[in-house]
Amino acid sequence: MRMLINVAETVVADALRGMAAAHPELTVDVDNRVIVRRDAPVAGRVGLVSGGGSGHEPLHGGFVGPGMLSAACPGEVFTSPVPDQMVRAAAAVDSGAGVLFIVKNYTGDVLNFDMAAELAEDEGIRVAKVLVDDDVAVTDSLYTAGRRGTGATLFVEKIAGAAAEEGAPLEAVEALARQVNENSRSFGVALSACTTPAKGSPTFDLPTGELELGVGIHGEPGRERRAMMTSHEIADFAVHAVLDDLAPRNPVLLLVNGMGGTPLLELYGFSAEVQRVLVERGVPVARTLVGNYVTSLDMAGASVTLCQVDEELLRLWDAPVKTPGLRWGV
Amino acid sequence: MLNADFFRRWMTVTAVSVDREAERLTELDSPIGDADHGSNLQRGFTAVTAALEKEAPDTPGAVLALAGRQLISTVGGASGPLYGTLLRRTGKALGDAPEVTGEQLTDALRTGVDAVMALGGAAPGDKTMIDALVPAVDALAESFAAAKSAAEEGAVATTPLQARKGRASYLGERSIGHQDPGATSSALLIAALVEAAGE
Repeated sequence: MRMLINVAETVVADALRGMAAAHPELTVDVDNRVIVRRDAPVAGRVGLVSGGGSGHEPLHGGFVGPGMLSAACPGEVFTSPVPDQMVRAAAAVDSGAGVLFIVKNYTGDVLNFDMAAELAEDEGIRVAKVLVDDDVAVTDSLYTAGRRGTGATLFVEKIAGAAAEEGAPLEAVEALARQVNENSRSFGVALSACTTPAKGSPTFDLPTGELELGVGIHGEPGRERRAMMTSHEIADFAVHAVLDDLAPRNPVLLLVNGMGGTPLLELYGFSAEVQRVLVERGVPVARTLVGNYVTSLDMAGASVTLCQVDEELLRLWDAPVKTPGLRWGV
Repeated sequence: MLNADFFRRWMTVTAVSVDREAERLTELDSPIGDADHGSNLQRGFTAVTAALEKEAPDTPGAVLALAGRQLISTVGGASGPLYGTLLRRTGKALGDAPEVTGEQLTDALRTGVDAVMALGGAAPGDKTMIDALVPAVDALAESFAAAKSAAEEGAVATTPLQARKGRASYLGERSIGHQDPGATSSALLIAALVEAAGE
C-alpha cells in the first residue's frame, strides 16, 4: 500500500498542520494536539470535548465547530489521546457551565478520559462523561471490554452539540447524549483490512473473495469471515443484526458510513439496499446521511447505524451545524 | 540494596529492549489488536529516558514515579495508563528511601500490579499483561532471574487463552492462538531487572 505521507512518525502532526491552514475558524494547537473552535469558550454554554485515536477522520476533529464539538483531542493512529490533551481542551472550552466528555467505549479511551476528568476537576472544571457503545457485533459484554463505540458517536456529538449551542445546562446535555447512545445501534463489515502508517502493511490478511462481518474501526478482524456477499445480502445481514438489538417504535436516523476505502458510488448503492430492508421491516427513516464519517484509515467496507428519535431529538439533529465534516442550516 | 542508579538502569534497559523488540510487539499486536504496541511503548520509554536524564531523581521511588508520569503523558491507549499506573504506584509504595531491599521491591511491585488490576479490571487468565506480571512478582522473592523466567513463561502461556479484556476481546474465540502483546512487553520490563542488576 502506498501512502501519501512523509514519514509514519509525523502523520498526525502533518494532518493537524493541514487542518490549521485549511480551517481558520478552528484553533489548532499542533504541538499539544488539541483542536478548539475559535470562539471558545462561549459564554454560558456547556463545552463538548471528544477525542480518540487518529485514523477515523473526519471524526473527531472534523466535527469541531458551532452546533457540534467545542474541542477534539487526536491521539496517535488508533491510540487514545493522553490525559494532558483532554485537560487542556477542557480548560480551553469551559465557560464555567461545565464540560461534557464524549468517550467511545474502548479501554484506552475510557482510562485516559477518566484520568483527565479527575485532573480537570482538580482545576475546578465541572466534568460529566458519556460513553458511546453502539456496536452490536460485540455480543458478549461479560467476557469482553463491552460494546465498541462507532457510528453513533456522530449522532451523540451532533445532537448534544445542538443542545449545548442552545444553552442547555450540563445535566441536560449529558442526559440527551446518553439518550442518543441508548437509542443507537451499529454493525460494520470490512471488504479489506486497513494499513496503519506504523506497520505499513495490512493489519490482517483478507483474501479476495472473502469479507469480515462485525468489524470495529481499528483494523481488527471481525467476529466472522464469510465468502463475499452482494450489497443486497450485506444490507440484509447488517440491518437484521442491528434490529435484533433495537426495536424502534419511532422513526430513525440512518447513517450509512463508509470505512474510508469504499467509493460513494458503492455507498449510495448500499444505502438503497439498507433502505429496502428497513421498508421490509417497517422501520420509517426520518433522515439519512451517507458518506465517510467514522472511518478506519483505508479500510474498504461500511457500517450501518440507526438512532431512534423523538421529535425533540429530530429537531436537534436538524439544528444548524458548522464544522469541516458536517455542515447545514448555516 | 537497590539505589536510584539501579532503578534508572532498569528503565533505560527497558527502553533499549522495547526499541529492539518494537517490531515484534507490533507484529504480535496485528492479528489481535491494532498493530501499534511497539511504537507506542517506544515513544513512552524514549520520553522516560529523556526525563530521567533531565530531572535526575535521586530515590528509587522518585525514579519510578517520574517514569510512570511520563508514560501516562506520552503513550495513550490503554498501555499508557496501565504501565504508567504500574510504575507510579510501585514508586509510591517504595516511599522516599534512598535505598530499598529486594523484598521491598517485591512488595511494592505487588502493590503496583494490584493497582493495574483495579484500573483495568483484568484478572489472571484474561490474556493481558497481568498474566506475565503476577507470576513474575510471585517469583521475585527467589531472584530476578526467576522472575524473568516466570514472566516469559506467563507471556507464552497467553497463547491458548481467549482474551476477555482490551481490544483483543472483541475477537472472541478468534483471539485464541496468539501470544498477547501486553504480556510480552511486561516480560521485557521484568527481564530488564536482571540486566540492570548486572546478573
